[in-house]
Amino acid sequence: MTRTMTAADRQAEIDRILARHAGREGPLLPILHDIQAALGHVPEAVIPTIAHALNLSRAEVHGVISFYHDFHVEPHTRPVIKLCRAESCQARGVEALAATLAGETRVAIEPVYCLGLCSVGPNAMVGDTLHARLDATKFAALVECVA
Amino acid sequence: MSVVVRISDDALAIACGADAVAAAFAAAGCTVERISSWGMHWLEPLAEIAGEGFGPLTPGDVAAVLAGNSPLSIGAIAAHPFIARQQRFTFARAGQTRPLSLDDYAATGGWAGLARARELGPEATIAEVTQSGLRGRGGAGFPAGIKWTTVSRAVSARKYVVCNADEGDSATFADRMVMEGDPFMLIEGMAIAGHAVGADMGYVYIRSEYPHAIAKMQAAVELAAAHIAPFRVEVRVGAGAYVCGEETSLLNSLEGKRGEVRAKPPLPAIEGLFGKPTVVNNVLTLAAVPWILAHGGAAYAAVGFGRSRGTMPIQIAGNVRHGGLFEVGFGVTLGELVMEIGGGTASGRPVRAVQVGGPLGAYHTPDDFHLPFDYESFAAADGLIGHAGLSVFDDTADMSALARFAMQFCAVESCGKCTPCRIGSTRGVEVIDRIRARSGREADRVEALPQMHNARKAPRTLAEEVSLLEDLCETMKFGSLCALGGFTPYPVLSALRHFPEDFGIAAPAQEAAE
Repeated sequence: MTRTMTAADRQAEIDRILARHAGREGPLLPILHDIQAALGHVPEAVIPTIAHALNLSRAEVHGVISFYHDFHVEPHTRPVIKLCRAESCQARGVEALAATLAGETRVAIEPVYCLGLCSVGPNAMVGDTLHARLDATKFAALVECVA
Repeated sequence: MSVVVRISDDALAIACGADAVAAAFAAAGCTVERISSWGMHWLEPLAEIAGEGFGPLTPGDVAAVLAGNSPLSIGAIAAHPFIARQQRFTFARAGQTRPLSLDDYAATGGWAGLARARELGPEATIAEVTQSGLRGRGGAGFPAGIKWTTVSRAVSARKYVVCNADEGDSATFADRMVMEGDPFMLIEGMAIAGHAVGADMGYVYIRSEYPHAIAKMQAAVELAAAHIAPFRVEVRVGAGAYVCGEETSLLNSLEGKRGEVRAKPPLPAIEGLFGKPTVVNNVLTLAAVPWILAHGGAAYAAVGFGRSRGTMPIQIAGNVRHGGLFEVGFGVTLGELVMEIGGGTASGRPVRAVQVGGPLGAYHTPDDFHLPFDYESFAAADGLIGHAGLSVFDDTADMSALARFAMQFCAVESCGKCTPCRIGSTRGVEVIDRIRARSGREADRVEALPQMHNARKAPRTLAEEVSLLEDLCETMKFGSLCALGGFTPYPVLSALRHFPEDFGIAAPAQEAAE
């Protein structure tokens, strides 16, 4: 759906999002979350619009987007699996698990530091869906399912 | 009347397959109730039928459970040793109520704390919290009553209550379980705080890695609005920055700025969100408040150890057989938690190290198993309890790799405001890499220039690299603005001190010097 959005559609969507958050305290993060949810990413081209609406400089908006790991200015070209690489998952063997898919190019395996399921790791998240107790078989199946 | 089956809808249970098990019970004609998690994670998905527990279940086990011949029965859940040994104040409803049911909440003592606070008035409410001895559960352990007093005395037309739900530490999930399992309790705690200090607006800042907690809290805030009015609560979502768990960074993030740490003073209690006096408390701190108000501060203070009063929801995780949430009065020993309650490692191998307090906490060896779990005892042992997460490692753990990870994590997550953290973490990774590679360090191109008379030309030895790492840690510890840079030395130095063999040295330089 996001792929077929025209420039005019996109502008209308951004205007709707900005209008929805008008008058809120500290609205920039909620706005960026909504734009990323709607468009799949936060394109550089929307920065001036946001900056104008919030009376910020473009540099300030860019600074916020680039500070947070969640926001990205380019669309993802591959499906993303967020694999927890924090200590508790390391204790449960996530590094060996990650090594089993070292050559995998169809999906992007991104690190995430803790999904809060630390007693049943290794864990991964795809979109908002959580996967726990991963072993090599389950992880490979997850990759097949996502790719 | 069909059989009532109770299964958790906590994110961990769902990740372990609880939805499919619930669907299988429903297909078999049972009435399925989705409740909060008991916190016995190794048994999830755990189903309860008339008090008896079954787990961990797959859809294929459902028929045997209903036929009454399942080998996965654990008997009465409430009598299970993991549950029976606990003292549950904050998690009193865990496993027993439907998270978003206002009826269940009211029927189990919900809103009693807020009602009593309104009866007492702001000053007496703060006095109860002060008397309870409740300390900040986010890690710093600052007395909540003193913080609230400061905010209540600050003169301002507008004040805020901010709940720090940016639970980024590995091995911690108690905040998530509160938000997903008992969200009204947290909202009630925030409303009590607002009433006590004179704030009418509260924000819950939840990390984006917790989509289930965000959804539950948003739903709960709407449902509870009438109970807490005129106080209002709004849920805000983080964006993947670990450092936003630091309170001033969190405030900047809430304001829509980069999550950079602010220098203190001014304290957030005086100049916090949008420059207004602000109570910033962790989820567990605020969640403890309704119990304290309902039962009295003295009853809470009656439990505990030394200056650490009340209970702590301890999170047992990592390579451990019986991982989960264990709430108990302060003073239980580390060894009891890991070996008796946690049952040792899941892999069956000996425990080599336990990291206490998340990625900024020290690694402890079994020699520290006698330590009572409280703020002061761990500080005296060069550690910290932090948010009370335990990450257990077996004897295959490579401690110099974990020390390197601590520095790397700090480098990835540093906000960049102060130099010791921003630069020191990267230099730390490099030094540990050289120590691990036993490569020493040659003079670089600039140092080799003829005009660099004072630069050292000889390669650095391993012992010199180790003392350089210690020096760097010292600088980070005392020179960083916040706990990210300031506490990263804890895992690094504890690994170096307890496991010198993993760094290729017989004994650490500091001990040799003593």
